[in-house]
Amino acid sequence: MRTSGRETKPPAVFFVDAAREAKEVSTALRHKSIMVRQFARQIFGTFWMIRIRIHKRQEPLGWGSFLVFTAALAFSLVICGLLLAVQGKPAAGGLLLLFKSAFFSSWAIEDCLIKSVPIFLCSLGVAIAFRLQVWNIGAEGQYALGAVGATWIALLAPGLPAAVLLPLMLLAASVAGGLWGLIPALLKVRMRANEIIVTLMLNYIAILILDYLVYGPWKDPTSFGFPMTREFSTGAVVGMIAGTRLNWGILICVAAGLASWIFLRFTRLGFELQTGGENPRAARYAGLSYSRLVMLVMVLSGMLAGWAGFLEASANLNRLQPSIVVGYGYTAIVVAWLARLNPLYIGIASYLLAGLRVGLETLQLDLQVPAAFGQIMEGLILLTVLAGGFFTRYRLEIRRYG
Amino acid sequence: MNPEVLVPLLAAAVQSGTPILYATLGEILTERSGILNLGVEGIMLVGALAAFLAARLTGSPVVGFLIGGLCGALLAGVHGMVCLGFRGNQVVSGLALTILGTGLANYLGTPFVGKASPGFDAVAVPLLSRVPLLGPILFRHDLLVYASYLVPALLWLYLRYTRWGLALRAVGEYPEAAEASGLRVVGYRWIGVLAGGCLMGFGGAYLSLAYTHLWTNGLTAGRGWIAVALVIFAFWKPWRAMLGAYLFGGVMAFQFRLQATGTHLPSSLLLMLPYALTVAVLVVSSWKGRGDEAPAALGTNIEPPD
Repeated sequence: MRTSGRETKPPAVFFVDAAREAKEVSTALRHKSIMVRQFARQIFGTFWMIRIRIHKRQEPLGWGSFLVFTAALAFSLVICGLLLAVQGKPAAGGLLLLFKSAFFSSWAIEDCLIKSVPIFLCSLGVAIAFRLQVWNIGAEGQYALGAVGATWIALLAPGLPAAVLLPLMLLAASVAGGLWGLIPALLKVRMRANEIIVTLMLNYIAILILDYLVYGPWKDPTSFGFPMTREFSTGAVVGMIAGTRLNWGILICVAAGLASWIFLRFTRLGFELQTGGENPRAARYAGLSYSRLVMLVMVLSGMLAGWAGFLEASANLNRLQPSIVVGYGYTAIVVAWLARLNPLYIGIASYLLAGLRVGLETLQLDLQVPAAFGQIMEGLILLTVLAGGFFTRYRLEIRRYG
Repeated sequence: MNPEVLVPLLAAAVQSGTPILYATLGEILTERSGILNLGVEGIMLVGALAAFLAARLTGSPVVGFLIGGLCGALLAGVHGMVCLGFRGNQVVSGLALTILGTGLANYLGTPFVGKASPGFDAVAVPLLSRVPLLGPILFRHDLLVYASYLVPALLWLYLRYTRWGLALRAVGEYPEAAEASGLRVVGYRWIGVLAGGCLMGFGGAYLSLAYTHLWTNGLTAGRGWIAVALVIFAFWKPWRAMLGAYLFGGVMAFQFRLQATGTHLPSSLLLMLPYALTVAVLVVSSWKGRGDEAPAALGTNIEPPD
């Protein structure tokens, strides 16, 4: 019986039957392999007698999970060392240099703090979305568009005093970043479009919008053809903290971090965000529509990334140029997951991964290591920590018999 | 449009759609077994570099192509280890794999930027290439394009008419039932991940060996992600993947042609075209789709019994 032109999916029972049929074939093959196995057993002896069974842990692992985390980090560092050796660079020396130049001078510590500001803000936003299991991969684009929004105001009204101009720029960055978060949220809840792909495509589009503006309408006529806007007026630049190279933007980080911690810890909505991720239905019973929650979370997420773009353009570059986009948005995803979406840990992890970038700059200069080495380290660390999570959730029981 | 303009454009669409086709088919195979692999972009890049280096070393593009597939499968194996062995989150693992793969290709490929390698050249199929319209569009390409015509058919036959294909689908739809009837669920998922990764590697290899013949960093330019979106567009069916891949190939070819003719449109706006189209296609197909085309167990891990 065909009710529609489209082919309908067979019921699950069909698969059970079919699977049984496939099994008969594989048993025949297995009989053959038993002979091989008996032969192997005579050679390898007791090695073959070990069976490993996996059990879910009833209680969290506690300090052991820190040990697992360290082991995972060590493992990925070993592989990174090997990769350095592949290109004929000193493996241990290179990694040592990386850490020394990242964390062991006051200049480096300042550098780390400067770089950890945008990573922290993006990561905080990403983490809020991840809590609801909304996979916002779009921090990179939201960051770029936040910078575009802030720059628009800075170019439009350069004469205004800082007390007016800076809040306006922050507002514009929030609107631009928030909008870039809202689009995938709307498409997700209204059209069921997968947010991973939409946010990722919006990254490419946002970066191309930025390119279009700095190569075209916003290009500084006195820049000798370089793609960059005019330098911002003094009113559009976030000031420095006296005696350092840090800007006051770090206060925004502290405020945003504290606010999100309080929000998640002490408010009803924050609590529902945590339960909502694991079970959307629970949030619905608590009188909250899941779609609204998704939109709220994505706008917040985009705004935070937008702020990062604003600070980077205003305080560090003093203008908009393509080099503002350096992958902070992707690093933010790594940070968020390493920090298990906890605001305090995000602070620590963004500082460490900012350190990785700082150390890598020395490595690039001294050992001519390509910049992509940083991506490799980020990817490897995330993969090994993800794999290491297995040991904190499950325990292995090793049985010997025979 | 007159045929003198349309035919070369469609031929270019087939050529630039081929890498996307390989990658999309790889992702379909992987997702049908229940594993979501978001590392396509990274796997394609590694496949592209491996193929390029192997072809340069051995002088044989065929060897290069095979090595590209092998390295794609190897990198997908990392995803398999994390998701099937260590039961990690499939979304995060895939993203990490993209970051890692992009980094690896750029890191190891930096010394070779701008260098050339032996590659595949166009070979017209005798007789068939003389067919008016269809001949020049479909049958005046390189060998890898012809091979890519066969892959959807083989994948379709495998998934639809063989026991093993059925078992793979069962594992992706209803792993508990498959497990209960004695199938090795994890084994079939490994097959999906590795064979899928091999196809993604082929997609990358096509880019470096047939599409450009030389190495540049970031060769894929988001094609891996387009492939992930096309799986949804294709409703996880190999034939529809072909349609989607050539559609995107067409847009990319069209955009290059516009750039080459020197329109007044800025290039950054033109470059946006495939990405904007991806969003549009995704929205339309998710909206129209009933939402149950996806393998029911997609993205879930096999939990051990307590």
